[in-house]
Amino acid sequence: MSETITLEVLRYRPETDSEPHFQRYTVPYRDDWVVLDALNHIKDNLDATLSYRWSCHMAVCGSCGMTINNEPKLSCHTFLRDYRGGVIRVEPLDHFPIERDLVIVMDSFMEKLSGVKPWLIPKQEKPLSDGEYLQSPAELNVFHQYTQCINCVLCYAACPQVGLNEDFVGPAALALAHRYNLDSRDGGKGARADVVASNEGIWECTFVGACSQVCPKQVDPAAAIQQTKISASVDWLKDLLTPGAHR
Amino acid sequence: MDVIEIDVAIVGAGGAGLRAAIAVAEADPTLTQALISKVYPMRSHTVAAEGGAAGVIKDNDSLDNHFHDTVSGGDWLCDQDAVELFVNTAPLELLQLEHWGCPWSREANGKVAVRPFGGMKIERTWYAADKTGFHILHTLFQTSLKYPSIKRFDEYYSTDLIVEDGRCTGVIGIEMRSGRMVAFRARAVVIATGGAGRIFPFTTNGAIKTGDGMAMAYRAGVPLKDMEFMQYHPTGLPGTGILITEGSRGEGGILVNKDGYRYLQDYNLGPPDPWPRKKAMELGPRDRLSQAFWHEQQKGRTIKTPHGDVVHLDIRQLGEKMINERLPMVRELAKAYVGVDPVHELIPVRPVVHYTMGGIHTDIDTATSLPGLFAAGECACVSINGANRLGSNSLAEIVVFGARAGRSAAAFAKAHPKPAAAAKAAEAAQANLRELFAREGGSDTVSSLRKAMNDTMESGAGIYRSEDTLRQTCGVLADLRARYRKIQLQDRSNVFNTDLIQTLELGCMLDVAEAMAHSALERKESRGSHQRLEYPKRDDASYLKHSLARYRDAGPPSISYLDVVITKSPPAERVYGGAAT
Amino acid sequence: MSRRPYVRKIERNWWLQHPRYVAYMIRELTSLFVGLYCALLAIGLVRLAQGHAAWDGFVAAFSSPPGVVFQWLCLVFAIYHSVTWFALTPKAMPLMVKGEPVPGKLIVGAHYVAWAAVSAVVLMAAGV
Ligand SMILES: Cc1cc2nc3c(=O)[nH]c(=O)nc-3n(C[C@H](O)[C@H](O)[C@H](O)COP(=O)(O)OP(=O)(O)OC[C@H]3O[C@@H](n4cnc5c(N)ncnc54)[C@H](O)[C@@H]3O)c2cc1C
Ligand code: SF4
Ligand code: FES
Repeated sequence: MSETITLEVLRYRPETDSEPHFQRYTVPYRDDWVVLDALNHIKDNLDATLSYRWSCHMAVCGSCGMTINNEPKLSCHTFLRDYRGGVIRVEPLDHFPIERDLVIVMDSFMEKLSGVKPWLIPKQEKPLSDGEYLQSPAELNVFHQYTQCINCVLCYAACPQVGLNEDFVGPAALALAHRYNLDSRDGGKGARADVVASNEGIWECTFVGACSQVCPKQVDPAAAIQQTKISASVDWLKDLLTPGAHR
Repeated sequence: MDVIEIDVAIVGAGGAGLRAAIAVAEADPTLTQALISKVYPMRSHTVAAEGGAAGVIKDNDSLDNHFHDTVSGGDWLCDQDAVELFVNTAPLELLQLEHWGCPWSREANGKVAVRPFGGMKIERTWYAADKTGFHILHTLFQTSLKYPSIKRFDEYYSTDLIVEDGRCTGVIGIEMRSGRMVAFRARAVVIATGGAGRIFPFTTNGAIKTGDGMAMAYRAGVPLKDMEFMQYHPTGLPGTGILITEGSRGEGGILVNKDGYRYLQDYNLGPPDPWPRKKAMELGPRDRLSQAFWHEQQKGRTIKTPHGDVVHLDIRQLGEKMINERLPMVRELAKAYVGVDPVHELIPVRPVVHYTMGGIHTDIDTATSLPGLFAAGECACVSINGANRLGSNSLAEIVVFGARAGRSAAAFAKAHPKPAAAAKAAEAAQANLRELFAREGGSDTVSSLRKAMNDTMESGAGIYRSEDTLRQTCGVLADLRARYRKIQLQDRSNVFNTDLIQTLELGCMLDVAEAMAHSALERKESRGSHQRLEYPKRDDASYLKHSLARYRDAGPPSISYLDVVITKSPPAERVYGGAAT
Repeated sequence: MSRRPYVRKIERNWWLQHPRYVAYMIRELTSLFVGLYCALLAIGLVRLAQGHAAWDGFVAAFSSPPGVVFQWLCLVFAIYHSVTWFALTPKAMPLMVKGEPVPGKLIVGAHYVAWAAVSAVVLMAAGV
């Protein structure tokens, strides 16, 4: 018989289960398979009732985040070969309610994301007929890393502060605010400050650093938050010395 | 069934749907809207686009150049009025994205940078490293958040259009997390549901690209146009089908066969040097490159792997710094999924199903033949892509025609009264679903039918097709559709029932596949991506026409034809390689 | 309504469930000791101001075996705290020079250099 590998998947079907429980599946082992391929194998051949989200299978759409052996991961970018000979435990991401099986409820994240006003608030409006806002490669480089977030929410699952305070705006949303604040075309820092620089914003962060460790896109939200803390403190001081002048 | 009254309903929140929603909000913020999507907007497959978006901005270029590249790239099956509108508007729409914060890559002087792309005579492809679609989608999504009138219905799966008295007056959707059915009663509806690559087994398309919107319109009596034209991208990773962007060739990458030979020079695309050179060799159009692979394979000059035959893409000469700067995702993907670091090694690639040129037949204003129904993006066919889309034209298309669809729908909604209650359509949709839930005794599974469909489409309607293979495929599809009607759900729950969603998606794919296969069978010529072994030549006398497939309840679709709009570029020979430059 | 989202409770020992949380908790704990040591130094200053006798008592307490153990503990924790903190500085204070990010190692290294310099100055002032 060819090689197999066992997956232990957390199941929860609200219409029949009172609480989640693990279910075991044995699937063929393939060197180039990712955990998502194994789940698709289960769905297509063993158990069509298993529910999970996925789409791109190339680590860019952000749908397929799961807890894999106690680590938040993209299941389309987590290879079976790294677990060969063991059991793979697959659970929904932490710190979110479970809708069903591996599907989490994302509402809170979507609200937090829009809460930080993640759109360009231009320093100076200009009509399209005047062409593009000039931006040098160096200016682009300043915020480029923070544009890479795919909203996979692995960082929310990793952050203990998110677990302890459900109102914490959280890593990805704060990193996105920072992305716009750093954009040479943007003048919206003041408008974002009441959410970003609030108690539920950057000041809820205790610099655990877990978000940046699990981020599959090297966004480094922890860095974004610490930088925002420094800049918010400087703004606060400036405001104290010259009220209202710096905005 | 719950009823939601709305002015404009938009199905699909990818690049086209989001752009349409913003256009509606800007046209009139008092119009209410529902933006309905089966996945969260940022999961839409626009996110996967890598290379870039075409629009003329540089002084060495002209709108006319873009026009001619597009028309000849499409083997003259493009409607030239639509192409003209498209090339004129693309720069403005891309600029609009810049004003909304899209992090376009820049030149040293701060202006937007452009790169060369296949089939384009002059470099005019705007890019954001090699994550252009990702950045366009996130920019649009984030921008859409600032318009209060855009009300999103995330993870609602739309099943049917509501049609009354010859007018489209809404859509039916299922809220996936509860299983609740909702009727969106709308004055105007926009479909922006993307392509249908998942009909084929080996594709760059994500799981969600199942042609749902095409099927909804088709079943409601709107014809699907030019469905026989399916684009194969020449460079997909074996196994997964993950795309290696054409940008890698635009930056100077080359394709070699098992002897290390740049085989494209044998297929009217050479000479190989000097390189890189536009519209030649590796920067020829996709249809030609994929067809060349097929011939190399026939000659036994490809490389065998467990995931099928491949050729090699070599970007080593770009050097590590350039690769990291311009093609970071290519490096990341190749390392992760085929274990190859392109800085030092050759990337194995093979042609992969990529883009649906055909789609819901619309006019230049995105209106379909059904009043009140508009369509834009990959699901639609305004005919700017003809028989072969040029790379980087479709990201431009989704914003140009997405915006246009939004404006058209807004105008239509304002000019037409609120529709009367559609109890009948809602009841019918609900009855269908009940029947599906209640069905017993079926022996086929979704996955087995889907696999059979995938296989027959690849073997019968792939890069090269023939009368025999197509007839066989049509037969298999008819059988699969009959079996589909008896398929039984394995999961009968309400909450996030993905077995149900996959079943509905399969139904859509089967209908669309049938339209493709029959359109292909009827077109007895070779043009662009449609290559018939027994009719190797283009036949303008008989087939300089769009095909229109119309749904019939029982039996295969009916196929008819429509003239192509030709304004200033009479059909001519497509030339690439030395002769083109 | 068939929805019934399941909320998992955060357990009290959540921080034991992953090595990186344990490391974080230790870092938090060390800051307590660093703070305590600072407070002791402040008390020492007050004692000094109160005259010779008070100061001698303070020094005696500091040199007693428990006092020494406590100071060793504080030193170890202070070093752990500084090392982990320095390791994080490139994130909090990234530098750009001519559009290129300064490598993290350089930033961390600069902190160690500064640390050594300050320590040397203090030791010199103390006349060691
Ligand atoms: C890997 C890859 C790379 C590409 N690279 C480029 C490139 O470099 N340049 C270029 O120009 N083009 C490129 N393309 C093509 C281009 O990305 C697509 O054609 C374009 O993004 C399609 O956008 P869309 O808005 O029409 O559809 P999508 O982005 O696919 O969005 C479809 C939307 O419809 C929704 N939907 C679908 N069905 C339903 C339903 N039943 N109910 C509710 N909602 C539904 C989905 O949820 C989604 O929101 C690439 C394509 C791929 C696959
Ligand atoms: S910051 Fe990283 S981990 Fe968090 S959502 Fe974005 S991509 Fe995912
Ligand atoms: S499926 Fe898209 S990120 Fe994994």
